[in-house]
Amino acid sequence: MNFELTEEQQMLQDTLRRFLADRYDSSVRNGILDSDLGYSPDIWRQLAELGVIGALFTEDQGGFGGSGIDIATVFEELGRAGVVEPMLDTAIIGGGLIAALGDDAQMPLVEFVIAGETHLALAHGEAGARYDLDHVATRAEERDGDILLSGRKAVVVNAEAADYLIVSARDSGSVTSQEGISLFLVPRDAAGVTLVGYPLVGGGRAAEVALDGVRLPATARLGASGAGYTALNERLAAAHVALSAEALGAMESATALTRDYLMTRKQFGRAIGTFQALQHRFADLMVEMEQARSVVILAAGHLEDSAPTRDLNTAAARNLIGRVGRLVAEDTIQLHGGIAMTQEYELAHFAKRILMTDHRFGDADYHLERFVALSSAAA
Amino acid sequence: MDLNYTKEEIAFREEVREFLAESLPSELAAKVRAGEELTKADQERWHAILNARGWLAPNWPVEYGGCGWDAVRRHIFEEECALAGTPRIVPFGLAMLGPVLMQFGSDEQKAHYLPRILNGDDWWCQGYSEPGAGSDLASVRTRAVRDGDHYIVNGQKTWTTLGQHANMIFCLVRTDPDVKQQAGISFLLVDMNTPGVEVRPITLLDGTPEVNEVFFDDVKVSVENLVGEENKGWTYAKYLLTHERTNIAGVGFSRAGLAAVKRIARQEMAGGRPLIENPYFAARLAQVEIDLMAMATTNLRIISRAASGQAPGVESSMLKVKGTAIRQEINNLARHAAGPFAMPFVSEALEGDNNSIGPDYARPVTRQYLNNRKLSIFGGSNEIQRGIIAKTMLAGGAR
Ligand SMILES: Cc1cc2nc3c(=O)[nH]c(=O)nc-3n(C[C@H](O)[C@H](O)[C@H](O)COP(=O)(O)OP(=O)(O)OC[C@H]3O[C@@H](n4cnc5c(N)ncnc54)[C@H](O)[C@@H]3O)c2cc1C
Ligand SMILES: Cc1cc2nc3c(=O)[nH]c(=O)nc-3n(C[C@H](O)[C@H](O)[C@H](O)COP(=O)(O)OP(=O)(O)OC[C@H]3O[C@@H](n4cnc5c(N)ncnc54)[C@H](O)[C@@H]3O)c2cc1C
Repeated sequence: MNFELTEEQQMLQDTLRRFLADRYDSSVRNGILDSDLGYSPDIWRQLAELGVIGALFTEDQGGFGGSGIDIATVFEELGRAGVVEPMLDTAIIGGGLIAALGDDAQMPLVEFVIAGETHLALAHGEAGARYDLDHVATRAEERDGDILLSGRKAVVVNAEAADYLIVSARDSGSVTSQEGISLFLVPRDAAGVTLVGYPLVGGGRAAEVALDGVRLPATARLGASGAGYTALNERLAAAHVALSAEALGAMESATALTRDYLMTRKQFGRAIGTFQALQHRFADLMVEMEQARSVVILAAGHLEDSAPTRDLNTAAARNLIGRVGRLVAEDTIQLHGGIAMTQEYELAHFAKRILMTDHRFGDADYHLERFVALSSAAA
Repeated sequence: MDLNYTKEEIAFREEVREFLAESLPSELAAKVRAGEELTKADQERWHAILNARGWLAPNWPVEYGGCGWDAVRRHIFEEECALAGTPRIVPFGLAMLGPVLMQFGSDEQKAHYLPRILNGDDWWCQGYSEPGAGSDLASVRTRAVRDGDHYIVNGQKTWTTLGQHANMIFCLVRTDPDVKQQAGISFLLVDMNTPGVEVRPITLLDGTPEVNEVFFDDVKVSVENLVGEENKGWTYAKYLLTHERTNIAGVGFSRAGLAAVKRIARQEMAGGRPLIENPYFAARLAQVEIDLMAMATTNLRIISRAASGQAPGVESSMLKVKGTAIRQEINNLARHAAGPFAMPFVSEALEGDNNSIGPDYARPVTRQYLNNRKLSIFGGSNEIQRGIIAKTMLAGGAR
């Protein structure tokens, strides 16, 4: 058994941590949060130059990493620095789907993603779908050899920045059937695509996307007809690793801020960290943080395993991170007192980022239910 | 033992319900239900409606224009208001300062300020906390130095809720720095339009400008604005805190919040059926509902004791701890019930465009969840309350 990172992974971690510590402090982040774009193209370019995006893809795909541990290493650092740039949406989900499904004409997009030149967004969720992956009401119709897409997509993260939306739509089947879901590469500026954008509580932006008879050539299809559900399910395993690791990184920062504050803030003539009531609360957080670290390692380390093992571990990670993340967000605020209720104090951003993780691709209960099904099916 | 309200109390509840059905403007109720921020004018409008009915000051005696209701009636009134979705009564003048003035104020202060509170002529805010004086309130450092028939005030208050609307602030100030902390504090009323007073907004983590910093730079305050005696302010401050803690259990808010969660969970579909039928979610909802049923009864037990003249002591600390935990859990369930639509940041600036983003019920949930983290921090943090409970309950044990 060996829990050490490889030399390359260690270097990646060190480089990324140093870069973000230098270039992504709270004033930079607050500027980005207040900006219309919701992310910094400059930071994005530099992340690409550092090879951070490439580390999320395998050599076959044109990168130099792509394993669960690589993904966790990158996302823990992004989380630690409270980075709001759309690495999950453009690289892990968007780039990952094209790398898995793309044909020769589509594959070059992965290179552009790795180079930091292309942004992507997954337009899958719909009003009424909640976290159900099989709920797709959006329709795809053949028309004279072309494809017509019609429907509404909800809370499409990174839609405005994306050059292409990866849209899920039905070739066939009822609204909640796993069969008949296909994926399409849709230029964001295609005729019939309308976006209503807004900022997100945890940083970044999303949009409501209307698709009104969007006409695409047949070559816009990503992967085989009806292969969408399976492809999404596969790729979301990586997204769960990334989200869990990112939340863990943010939890590291939230608890580090709290440790410093407990030992500097004085009330009743002494550091509040000398009150045993607070010491025990902090000690419990430290215990739970070790649980969180371990469950992220489990999910990351099993990403390349068979689907049942992989999914059991990612479900475990998302459930535990959901629970412990909430505890860390709420308790670090409580241990600070009023100061942590302010927008300006850095903890507010970390706490919101952690909490909002639990609303992407399933919350702690959703993954508990998944875990129960997977665990009772296992030996 | 009889778990039922008396005939008179039931009739009173009916009367309150009828009044609310007739008098609560539907725009206000809609705003409260949607979790939208109320403007100063909204608050003042509701105060005026209650005042016209003579119901603005449930906790004041009749001689000062209050209702003179006992604790049970006040509870019924608060509960009905919360269920109907009325704006909250802004507490600073009515629930906090009023009782202090009645008990310790001069005749001139009572005659001047109490009617102005009822009529909405003054909007008060609470100047207790300072950057260095939070839980350790007695360490306040804002100085008031006597100069003839004035005090000169210098220092800073913070976390001042709705100070941006206020024209008056009641402050704890240090008038004697050389004695034990508690013995050198005075209770001073300051007109915020006096030169040298500056209010700066603080944006909370939910994006709302709910609290402020208030700075005092050589602010001249007449000695007539001293409440009671100089250096006795700590006694008055603590008296006020016991009134701040009335309705601390927030049973009405929790009931209204729980009903809202159920409304959301009936409409959200998860795996082909309403979320409210999902066993995982349903179990969480049931647990908090059970906690709330028990806590509401604890609250009534304490209230009926108070109605028979026994002052609540450590029980109010217990209600604060449990009541706030329940409210926060309900906020958490609402956030989770809304699913992905809990993620959009819906700010005032965007309000016009928001109609196309998700179901209406999802819009306030994250903001309310974040904002109500304050419940366990202010009004004496829950850690401070636990300290009080332990100290009191252990005091009976053997040494
Ligand atoms: C089944 C069992 C097997 C054991 N086996 C062994 C053994 O093989 N060899 C051996 O030497 N001992 C053994 N012990 C003794 C064990 O180590 C003691 O029980 C333990 O150290 C606690 O001491 P105590 O029982 O006197 O409780 P106390 O020390 O009196 O503690 C009472 C309570 O006060 C709390 N407390 C005490 N100090 C503090 C503090 N500073 N801050 C906060 N809380 C505090 C404790 O957590 C506990 O809840 C055993 C005990 C048990 C129950
Ligand atoms: C939204 C909001 C509105 C507010 N409105 C007002 C207002 O209108 N007017 C006003 O005067 N004040 C107001 N307050 C201030 C509020 O009363 C203080 O935040 C509160 O007293 C806590 O003080 P603090 O924030 O300085 O935290 P601190 O006192 O620094 O506490 C930090 C942490 O230490 C813990 N702690 C402190 N002492 C002890 C101890 N002895 N034992 C164990 N734990 C301890 C606390 O529980 C907390 O977890 C408001 C606060 C908020 C957040």
